[in-house]
Amino acid sequence: MPARTVLQEADIARALTRIAHEILEANRGPESLVILGIPTRGALLAERIAARLGEITGTDFAGRTGTLDVTMHRDDLARTGTRPTHPTRIPASGIDGQTVVLVDDVLYSGRTIRAALDALTDLGRPAAVRLAVLVDRGHRQLPIRADYVGKNLPSAASEHVSILLAEVDGQDAVTIQEGSAR
Amino acid sequence: MRHLLTAALTRDEAIELLDIAEDMDQIHERDQKKLPALRGRTVVNLFFEDSTRTRSSFEIAGKWLSADVINVSGKGSSVSKGEDLRDTVTTISAMGVDGIVMRHGASGAPNVVASWIPQIVVNAGDGTHEHPTQALLDAFALRRRIHGDASRGKGLDGVRVAIAGDVLHSRVARSNALLLPALGAEVTIVGPPSMLPPGIGTWQAAHTTDFDEVVDSRPDALMMLRVQLERQTGTFVPSAGEYIGGWSLTPERFARLGGETLVMHPGPMNRGLEISSVAADAAASLVLEQVRAGVSVRMAVLYRLLAGRTDS
Repeated sequence: MPARTVLQEADIARALTRIAHEILEANRGPESLVILGIPTRGALLAERIAARLGEITGTDFAGRTGTLDVTMHRDDLARTGTRPTHPTRIPASGIDGQTVVLVDDVLYSGRTIRAALDALTDLGRPAAVRLAVLVDRGHRQLPIRADYVGKNLPSAASEHVSILLAEVDGQDAVTIQEGSAR
Repeated sequence: MRHLLTAALTRDEAIELLDIAEDMDQIHERDQKKLPALRGRTVVNLFFEDSTRTRSSFEIAGKWLSADVINVSGKGSSVSKGEDLRDTVTTISAMGVDGIVMRHGASGAPNVVASWIPQIVVNAGDGTHEHPTQALLDAFALRRRIHGDASRGKGLDGVRVAIAGDVLHSRVARSNALLLPALGAEVTIVGPPSMLPPGIGTWQAAHTTDFDEVVDSRPDALMMLRVQLERQTGTFVPSAGEYIGGWSLTPERFARLGGETLVMHPGPMNRGLEISSVAADAAASLVLEQVRAGVSVRMAVLYRLLAGRTDS
């Protein structure tokens, strides 16, 4: 069965703009915000959200944006082959006392976010941690929810949701496909 | 890759390890230097030869990844009571450890040990044969100094590296002569005729006995090998004076390098013998960066070999 496109380029752009506005609204301004993307696609989305935050507020968010690799903190490391690691880049301000917005592409079991919370603990003590995702497809295995969601996408566990981003995939799209292995 | 016994890696394998090491290296900047990846794993450092820096570097690497690290040295153990190597390693293996990091005076010892036990084995130096993590850390330090934050994914293409000194007794030289060309570097081996190994013509490296010619060619990096007084069984040069005259990185030769050549040394240095303090402490010296890289690279190796399933 062919993949069905559920979000196109313009839909993704609108969703990210809305998320940026919601982040600012909930945090009453840009001060003390740190945007951390989870590699690889969460990191790209974090950069896009940060660019929008910069446009909206007229401030430079590049220095408030970073990446958080969670590989070493995953609970399934010993069950799979060794996963490649990715760089963690924390803004010079650090995360102590900041409101950290974690950004990922898909929220599914919640295990990646659990690992991210552990990884953050090793780096400092944020005042608060929020979660922004482009797609929430349900099927949580842990008590974790997102604060900012681009699109709620009810899906069967057997379905495969793909996030395509221009930076690595040549185009922006979210597709869903029946029954492919995951 | 199940064990790390040799530096004869493919370019892709080497770059994968160096890239993981880049990510590991960030831990040096943290207050909390502990990652949970090897929680519940046990690593034994089994050292039949004296070592301070390699053993402590492996120990720090394992501990920063949350592994339990146990040091067993040849001296003071049942090894000195005459226990057979096979009995020693199968005993440690039977205790249920996950990995053995091993240094032994006999070339090839880690290879046979890897065939006796089910655990992963990391060669931390075997005789005059190989020292693969040293070659990896040399490549890492060199790549980082050349490419900085843009190091990930890159090799050492076109980098001219000269390795100078007692090549015959040097496992560091042998491992580097395997790894650096795989990463694209152009390697030249230089040393006294009595200290160049037989068969050097088969190495993927140029070789010469004229150190001054190498100095005047101003390589991108010059790796000075330690004169291994403890490993020499015969007389290889008539005197220290002759060695210094021909093959030491003296202040005068260091000046002729022109300041651009990076100076490397695997340590511990014999200051005043193979390397002068002027060269060892210069801004172009990579010596302390090599030591730091050692922890990052060994973390990458332990992570790569032990973090995933180890039964395949």
